[in-house]
Amino acid sequence: MSVDQEVDSGRRTLLLATSAAGGVAAVATAVPFVASLTPSERAKAAGAPVEADIGKLAPGEMMTVEWRGKPVWILRRTPEMLASLDKTEDKVSDPASNKPMQPEYAKNKYRSIKPEYLVAVGICTHLGCSPSDKFKVGAESGMGADWPGGFLCPCHGSQFDLAGRVYKSMPAPDNLEIPPHKYLADSTILVGDDGKA
Amino acid sequence: MTTKSQAVLNWIDERFPLTSSIKGHLTEYYAPKNFNFWYFFGSLALMVLVIQIVTGIFLVMHYKPDASLNAAGVPVAFASVEYIMRDVPGGWIIRYLHSTGASAFFIVVYLHMFRGLLYGSYRKPRELIWVFGTLIFLALMAEAFMGYLLPWGQMSYWGAQVIVNLFSAIPVIGPDLSLVIRGDYVVSDATLNRFFSFHVIAVPLVLIGLVAAHIIALHEVGSNNPDGIEIKKKKDSTGKPLDGIPFHPYYTVKDIVGVVVFLFVFSAVVFFAPEGGGYFLEFNNFIPADPLKTPPHIAPVWYFTPFYSILRAVTYPLFGLDAKFWGVVAMGASVVIIAFLPWLDRSPVKSIRYKGPIFKVVLTIFVICFFILGYLGVLPPTPGRTLVSQICSVLYFAFFLLMPWYSQLDKCKPEPERVNFK
Repeated sequence: MSVDQEVDSGRRTLLLATSAAGGVAAVATAVPFVASLTPSERAKAAGAPVEADIGKLAPGEMMTVEWRGKPVWILRRTPEMLASLDKTEDKVSDPASNKPMQPEYAKNKYRSIKPEYLVAVGICTHLGCSPSDKFKVGAESGMGADWPGGFLCPCHGSQFDLAGRVYKSMPAPDNLEIPPHKYLADSTILVGDDGKA
Repeated sequence: MTTKSQAVLNWIDERFPLTSSIKGHLTEYYAPKNFNFWYFFGSLALMVLVIQIVTGIFLVMHYKPDASLNAAGVPVAFASVEYIMRDVPGGWIIRYLHSTGASAFFIVVYLHMFRGLLYGSYRKPRELIWVFGTLIFLALMAEAFMGYLLPWGQMSYWGAQVIVNLFSAIPVIGPDLSLVIRGDYVVSDATLNRFFSFHVIAVPLVLIGLVAAHIIALHEVGSNNPDGIEIKKKKDSTGKPLDGIPFHPYYTVKDIVGVVVFLFVFSAVVFFAPEGGGYFLEFNNFIPADPLKTPPHIAPVWYFTPFYSILRAVTYPLFGLDAKFWGVVAMGASVVIIAFLPWLDRSPVKSIRYKGPIFKVVLTIFVICFFILGYLGVLPPTPGRTLVSQICSVLYFAFFLLMPWYSQLDKCKPEPERVNFK
């Protein structure tokens, strides 16, 4: 086409209108494709709550249950472990749990319903690895002489205390998540449902 | 040629540019006659791509992207890889060719990129070749990352978990974006299946398209050479570059020598050390994926570790955003910044042969830093190592960002009129 030809403005308008309509159709067609990438109904429904029997858990022991494909820890803390939370108070970045990483009923010093039992999602808030338990106190844990016991993420070295509170200047930005949970009986915890949602 | 076959050729040429394509890209594509060792790696990369595609086609015939547990309690995907290794005739060698090919691809590509740095192959008029090349590198990283999930071992699983979670660090859209990538709230069967789809269809298509663009752009402007001067400036009376020789047969024959030597080494690894000392196939990946237990130490495969170190080196929050987000930004930038080299280098000469001492020192430091970052990336972090990786990360970026200044300050030697050739 030579440049000096007159532009037929009527046809130009039609061309633009057709292109715009085609563009809208193209975007609309993309919707089901993008939607297919989001979690399916089955994946959404898979978040059923799980029951955990804590009757056999000895003091200082931890068990892991699977909820929504993630590990959920249940740790029965000894009095010494609970006392260590006072020592870590000024070393952790969010001691009062002000960030919404737990249900309202776990927003306390122990981050739990009963101080003795910690129920936490065992997924580091940095990049999703599962931290390892380093419950032994002091040098025996390999964490240094003043280590009061807690968790260490093997991926990037984030440290957490025995209430899942993250230490200051760690890669992980937040405390470990406390899932919604409730006691069905003294020895049974239901993880994933607290009857409030 | 007999008249009959000439007639067939004519018939084709009237309908498809066969003879002219062969001439334009092979028999009358004039490449500089002074190519050296470093010029093997482009054709080798192409050959490794073919190895990966062919072995990949055969692996897909037996592999099952299924994260559910079989009757023995082993994930089906993991079991199907074991099945390929033990029960499929020839399966073990096809898989080892593919897994070794992945590492070989990165070795060859890193050397190919380093050649570009040495001889200024990215400079005008080859900017687009370089940009396409960077995109190939990015596609290759995506391809390797998604492929690594497929065996559904512990490293597959937790590596994917970490990398996908990187996207959740992006403000506002991050959490939803990582959900869309995984297709579930955790890395699961949905993730495995979409990574399989991307690994065998989507990314290879993009990769082949980019490789075609890379070569078309190269053949449009012509190859650079170790002297970094344009052979098209000196032509004979027929218009052929004086210092050029036809790609075929001269460089096809030379490249075959490279292929033979490469295949010696490649076969030795495939047959005698397919795990590459735990670097090509990590030991933890021989354990089936367990979503409840992270291995005590997770590290990406060796070819990602320099960039992974840069990610881990960022430990300070900035502008109210997490260190995690800035780590992701730094890692992304460390790859993307490579594409900007053509516009960062202001040196009057292209090749290291005529560049001054500043560039030689800076390039040496850059390469050392790259190796240190790569080494630290496979190790668990300690405060000391983090500090070293921070220093190396800064030097890595300084190589690029300060280039507009140091490349002009450098005392360069004059370029020759014609290429050096013995």
